Amino acid sequence: MTTMAMNVAIRSAIDSMLGRDDDVIVFGEDVGFFGGVFRCTDGLQAKYGERRVFDTPIAEGGIIGVAVGMGSYGLRPVAEIQFADYVYPGLDQLISEAARLRYRSAGEFTAPLTVRMPVGGGIHGGQTHSQSPEALFTHVCGLKTVIPSTPYDAKGLLIAAIEDDDPVVFLEPKRLYNGQFDGHPDRAIVPWADHPLGDVPDEYYRIPLGEASVRRAGDDVTVLAYGTMVGVAETAAEETGIDAEIIDLRSLLPLDTDAITQSVTKTGRCLIVHEATRTSGFGAELMATVQELCFYHLEVPIERVTGWDTPYPHAQEWDYFPGPQRVGDALRRMMEVAT
Amino acid sequence: MEHNDDPLRFHVPAPSARPGEEPDFSYLSLPAAGDTRRPEIDVDSSEIRDLADGLIRVLADDGRAVGPWEPDIDADDLRRGLRAMLTTRAFDDRMLRAQRQGKSSFYMGSRGEEAVSVAQSLELAEGDMYFPTYRQQGWLIAREWPLVDMMCQLFSNEKDRLHGRQMPVMYSAKDAGFFTISGNLATQFVQGVGWAMASAISGDTRIASAVVGEGATAEADFHHALTFAATFQAPVILNVVNNQWAISSFQGIAGGDESTFASRAIGYGIPALRVDGNDYLAVVAASRWAAERARTNRGPTLIEWVTYRASAHSSSDDPSKYRPHDEWKSWPLGDPVERLAAHLVSIGEWDDDRQTELETEVEQDVKAAAKEAEGYGTLLDGHLADRRAIFEDVFAEMPAHLRRQRDEMERLA
Repeated sequence: MTTMAMNVAIRSAIDSMLGRDDDVIVFGEDVGFFGGVFRCTDGLQAKYGERRVFDTPIAEGGIIGVAVGMGSYGLRPVAEIQFADYVYPGLDQLISEAARLRYRSAGEFTAPLTVRMPVGGGIHGGQTHSQSPEALFTHVCGLKTVIPSTPYDAKGLLIAAIEDDDPVVFLEPKRLYNGQFDGHPDRAIVPWADHPLGDVPDEYYRIPLGEASVRRAGDDVTVLAYGTMVGVAETAAEETGIDAEIIDLRSLLPLDTDAITQSVTKTGRCLIVHEATRTSGFGAELMATVQELCFYHLEVPIERVTGWDTPYPHAQEWDYFPGPQRVGDALRRMMEVAT
Repeated sequence: MEHNDDPLRFHVPAPSARPGEEPDFSYLSLPAAGDTRRPEIDVDSSEIRDLADGLIRVLADDGRAVGPWEPDIDADDLRRGLRAMLTTRAFDDRMLRAQRQGKSSFYMGSRGEEAVSVAQSLELAEGDMYFPTYRQQGWLIAREWPLVDMMCQLFSNEKDRLHGRQMPVMYSAKDAGFFTISGNLATQFVQGVGWAMASAISGDTRIASAVVGEGATAEADFHHALTFAATFQAPVILNVVNNQWAISSFQGIAGGDESTFASRAIGYGIPALRVDGNDYLAVVAASRWAAERARTNRGPTLIEWVTYRASAHSSSDDPSKYRPHDEWKSWPLGDPVERLAAHLVSIGEWDDDRQTELETEVEQDVKAAAKEAEGYGTLLDGHLADRRAIFEDVFAEMPAHLRRQRDEMERLA
């Protein structure tokens, strides 16, 4: 076992797959010689050659479009979109093409591609380097959407995503690349090397898509979270002393409704947190799901803590970010309601 | 700087003729057959920029093959092409009638532009992959993909290989090297480039050929395709079928009044040919030139096929509302079927009797196929694809939420 930062664990996953499967091809803006702006492909071109790892023109529609063509040929493309905020020109290829190729051709053509992209704020990225567009992807039939919160999960989930025969959108919380973030920007991050969740095996392993994990077991209230917000929820639980059960969803689609149901029927309370904007966010889907599956077990109304319904501001990003205070307030509020 | 107080003018291009007016194709530059030079395939793109404004034509008005682009092709292969074009035309006619009778919801004909897909289909190799638009049925018919299967797709019946999921004409035929058709325009153009890149990455020998209409060259995917094809020297043929009309929008609405569609490639450093798309021999010759370049690691070629959409855009379209109803009859590049037949006659390999015989034969083929396909069901008799197919093939394995929804549907009467 080695300790790895999340970007290193991602690189390790890609490295592992490049080594195992000659059909795996890695490309995107600046991913080749330079190794990616977040270093997720550092050294891979030198190791596997330009045929397998290469730079592309700055054209997200083109990147995903050629990935669809490569997938239909029989390769397993792993495309990087430099920031999730840049993916929109590629959405037609992702939504109308990659996600529907199998369906419309009755399985003759498929698009086993993985589209990686960093999400989330907290790096002074402003409105164009901070977004969390997961709900755009989960709304698309035929796409899988995955988001890890630890280096260990990042590697295992990315390997599973690359091996998956359907298109997978792999969202990487960029605030977590280097270390665990407790939601307090004034405190130093804990490098993954010093964090138990930074332990990552060097060898190949996979974590099945569609399985949530329990980050913190508890009896009082279920917190449904993913990505950066898992650590924030953990902080909030510690700071409030509320015995929250924190479920890291890991995979938004397919969604592990069994894990959700199991926890909420136990606690009778459910708080949903995400960094993305609130209206029509993935939290709305989670809220509906919990209401459908757990209504008679709920003791208090389901709550959501999310980013505000505004663009992600630059200078005021910590006023925007749904940090431990807001999550903690919600936890307290939910526990104070008489039952 | 020149000072101007006059109001600025907003320019909206207009076609040369609207309904009730005389057709006018004087906007087209049409060099004579044999006039456009044929460079070697290893030519640098910068040396053949003139070809983007030229017009590769082999068949002269009298049916003879002339000039440097005359391909070496034997009469049997030409007759095969003629049969495929005639079959395509008979198929289109019958399927449009079937749509009018309510047997299918929709149809798209290809009259007047059959040579573009038929000749290239027979010219490219087995294993190559074609990324078509919705008007390349000629490719499938030329490769003798079963007419019955095509019709079953149109009728969305129980034998539809696509299980009724796709609108009529959105075929998928991997075994014929025919990529699944999207209704979204130009998406396949860049995918074709990706497929070709994958072939090169894999050290394969197969090439791709992608098609887009002149109207959809305005889409970003067209430009992505050219950027990626040029950057990675992808082994791909980039076909622009310029049939003059994108539904009701004439080619000028896609910028065609300012330069030829072939010339779009020049800025990318991609060799470009402008070709008479109604000249079967020219289609063979240009496709062969581009395919040879792709196969020998000389990279992509863009070909603009100058043709005319004689049919309506689709069964839902009435072209007499936006263009002279008889415009097709004035089309200066004629009819690809008649021109190929005339050529075969000119070389002593064809005559009127054989033509009539062939027309009857393909008519019978199509009729027999239609009879069989209709036996499997049409939109009229309700023998449609199984509704359970709705939930299959969304993913390789059906996730729990889809299983639940499928079960919910199955509980409905």
